[in-house]
Amino acid sequence: MDKVLEVKDLHVSFKTYGGEVKAVRGVTFDLHKGETLAIVGESGCGKSVTSQSIMRLIPEPPGKFDGGAIIYKDNDLTKLKESEMRKIRGSDISMIFQDPMTSLNPTLTIGDQLTEGILQHMKLSSEQAKKVAIDMLDLVGIPSPHVRLKQYPHQFSGGMRQRIVIAMALVCQPEVLIADEPTTALDVTIQAQILELFRDIQKKTGVSIILITHDLGVVAQVADRIAVMYAGKIVETGTRREIFYNPQHPYTKGLLNSVPRLDVDGADLIPIGGTPPDLFSPPAGCPFTARCPYAMEVCDKMYPYKTKLTSSHGVDCWLQDERAQKLLATK
Amino acid sequence: MLGYLVKRIGSMAVTLLVIITLTFFLMHSIPGSPFNEERATSEAVQKNLESYYHLDEPLYVQYFLYLKSVATFDFGPSIKKSSQTVNEMLGRGFPVSFELGMVTLIVAIFSGILLGIIAALRHNGFIDYLAMTVAVLGISVPNFVMATLLIQQLAVTWEILPVATWTSPKHMILPTLALATGPMAIIARLTRASMLEVLTQDYIRTAKAKGLSPVKIVFKHALKNALLPVVTILGSLAASILTGTFVIEKIFAIPGMGKYFVESINQRDYPVIMGTTIFYSTVLIIMLFLVDLAYGILDPRIKLHKKEGK
Amino acid sequence: MALRKHQEPQTQSSIPDDWFVPIKKNESDAEAVVRPSLSYWQDAWRRLLKNKLAMMGLFFLSFLTFMAIFGPIISPHTVDYQDLVNQNLSPSSEHWFGTDELGRDVFTRTWYGARISLFVGIAAALIDFLIGVIYGGIAGYKGGRTDHYMMRVIEVLYGLPYLLVVILISVVMGPSLATIIFALTITGWIGMARIVRGQVLQIKNYEFVLASKTFGTKTGRIIRKNLLPNTMGPIIVQMTLSVPSAIFAEAFLSFLGLGIQAPLASWGSMASDALPVILSGDWWRLFFPAFFISLTMFSFNVLGDGLQDALDPKLRR
Repeated sequence: MDKVLEVKDLHVSFKTYGGEVKAVRGVTFDLHKGETLAIVGESGCGKSVTSQSIMRLIPEPPGKFDGGAIIYKDNDLTKLKESEMRKIRGSDISMIFQDPMTSLNPTLTIGDQLTEGILQHMKLSSEQAKKVAIDMLDLVGIPSPHVRLKQYPHQFSGGMRQRIVIAMALVCQPEVLIADEPTTALDVTIQAQILELFRDIQKKTGVSIILITHDLGVVAQVADRIAVMYAGKIVETGTRREIFYNPQHPYTKGLLNSVPRLDVDGADLIPIGGTPPDLFSPPAGCPFTARCPYAMEVCDKMYPYKTKLTSSHGVDCWLQDERAQKLLATK
Repeated sequence: MLGYLVKRIGSMAVTLLVIITLTFFLMHSIPGSPFNEERATSEAVQKNLESYYHLDEPLYVQYFLYLKSVATFDFGPSIKKSSQTVNEMLGRGFPVSFELGMVTLIVAIFSGILLGIIAALRHNGFIDYLAMTVAVLGISVPNFVMATLLIQQLAVTWEILPVATWTSPKHMILPTLALATGPMAIIARLTRASMLEVLTQDYIRTAKAKGLSPVKIVFKHALKNALLPVVTILGSLAASILTGTFVIEKIFAIPGMGKYFVESINQRDYPVIMGTTIFYSTVLIIMLFLVDLAYGILDPRIKLHKKEGK
Repeated sequence: MALRKHQEPQTQSSIPDDWFVPIKKNESDAEAVVRPSLSYWQDAWRRLLKNKLAMMGLFFLSFLTFMAIFGPIISPHTVDYQDLVNQNLSPSSEHWFGTDELGRDVFTRTWYGARISLFVGIAAALIDFLIGVIYGGIAGYKGGRTDHYMMRVIEVLYGLPYLLVVILISVVMGPSLATIIFALTITGWIGMARIVRGQVLQIKNYEFVLASKTFGTKTGRIIRKNLLPNTMGPIIVQMTLSVPSAIFAEAFLSFLGLGIQAPLASWGSMASDALPVILSGDWWRLFFPAFFISLTMFSFNVLGDGLQDALDPKLRR
């Protein structure tokens, strides 16, 4: 499959009052054409920072890009000038943020907010832009878009606003759509509708989606591939099937065990004990060591190598070493 | 919207009534009523006073008669200047004061907002510190001190601007500057603070994610929201500018209402004090009302969902 | 860390076998407390100390207070002694800040003016505080209908042009220190009452207050232990910032001739008296009262700003 976007060994840190937080510590992944890649992890694992780095929306300072590359259409986005980056934002790569209540400007009409992106990136008259906006509102399922174009955000419900936000991200037909927790702030029934909308839109436009979430239920519904992030690193990647049915990293297993399941009888919810490590001074070894039920001496000393299980399934864990397999067998 | 307007106008009327009542009874409570014969300077004035204030009637009748004449914008005669009515003095002084006040307000609003935006965009930079230090100084130096310092430096020592009066644009510079510094500083500080707050909002990030230029983000997305808190204080700023005109007009010998007002205070010309107070209060209350309306127009959330609040 | 890096094996096979054994966990490591906890006030104080401008303000205020108390005492001249031989003298070793048109010593009068200004400012702020806390506290705590009507009253009073009312009262009551303070507090407490009410309303519904209520804590204790510490921050800031506005109002009135009357001195009346002579270049007449009133207001303003930053719980880190 075609790679649309490649992230290579991305490092991002933040200067804060208490010291430097290493939020993203060597993240590598690809995004293929027309797929949905889910990046999953607890809050503070660096998934939002990763997505905002792709858009170069990390405020600098306090944020700082420490290394790596983000390749889009043979360009390294990290090396582009701000003015060149602006041409990509919203037209080639768009982004949707978590809270639809605050993502829209309360003092501008929906129509104004929808068309300004079109006018910025495409050579269209404001009449034509309006038509595009109306079509797009129609696509995301807003009834009577003609009328609603003149209304303000506070006149819409939360679910409707998220539809508008999605429409706003799609008006310039981007190749990549980054959705940062797009359903977290919504009611469960609305969540399902929005996820349905994502699938629908992907079918119609062929857009590649990076879905940032902590909700494995959402992931199970829409993701083609999954990257599990922990403490600023991607610890396991695989197809949805591989991650859900054959998880290898103890953290991935822990995440799956902490989600209620209706399909398995008598499955207990098992929370993951402890808290993620302090990213002011991240551990040299595997960051999950302190919480891992299988932790070994080596885990504390060295970060594990990546093990490729299949062409799509990879995991960073010492348990993949054959010497550890014996240990597991005795357990 | 209509209900709100009616309520607002009702509350304005109550405030105005309180002011008129307060003014009337306060003036009549002065020992040895200021309106009795001994104080009047001439026969003619005394006649005027009696016919206007109905001094032979009981106090409450006088009060209602006064209310009636105020309602028709008739503030009666002056005690000290026998041939003049308060209305004539207002008619002569108000246009000048209005000009001074408006020019000051416009200067303060534009320069304050500009300074605030620049400081916010250069947050924690040298320009920010400089602008905010100037703003704190602007708030700390009283307008009459500012006026006298300006006269001493620019008019007396350097002789580049005229010392006083209100005859040409050149004459307007010093009074306007002296009066505008304080309000400008207040607006600059508020604009900066609210701009910084707005720039951290999610919708600004959304705008950035659309690929909009920084100029567009600041002026289209941030400024309007950032200015909402500034609009709310314009009413009280107008009040402080208005009272500021008293001293500024006194210092620069500008023939405005404030100058008459200060004179009437010093000469204890009570009808003029009453008339001017009521007139000023009306102007201020109307200003506050206009500011409220402006806020409603700027913020689409206010108009339709009055109850919902924030 | 660096040491460990050197020891790190280069290939997977070179990792020693004995590293692949279960780790011995050290429980206490995980629970280490990172930083000492400071109380709200300690933390606020620590942050205030770091604010250079606010510290400058505090220093100036101490200096001004000191001089207001001792300035007129150490001066060999009295505030109202007229020396018609020595009119309008520029500053010298005899008259440190010069003399005015009646030969009165400007140094003595300046510090006497400081007494008036500081007294008016602090007295007005204290009275505003008292009325405002009681009024706002009752409105906020009672809520409902009581609150509604109390707020209506405030709404009407808020529409009153503040300095006009002050002028009117001064005209009626005749100029004196008491008149000024009375006039200033007539509308001055409104700001404080609004803040207190807002705070009380907000905090009343906070979960920790509800929590104490469910534990059966008495109302008095809730107010003392929960409401007061949380409302104190904004109240202190409001008080600090209302001092300069009272000082300004006094100077403004005195400048208009409605405030402190001769032979006593106030910065406002001194500046007013100096107006006719600035054209002749007697700069000291205006400079000293103007400078010190500006310095006082500046100090209170920056101290208030600093307190605002220091006491804002949201900014705590």
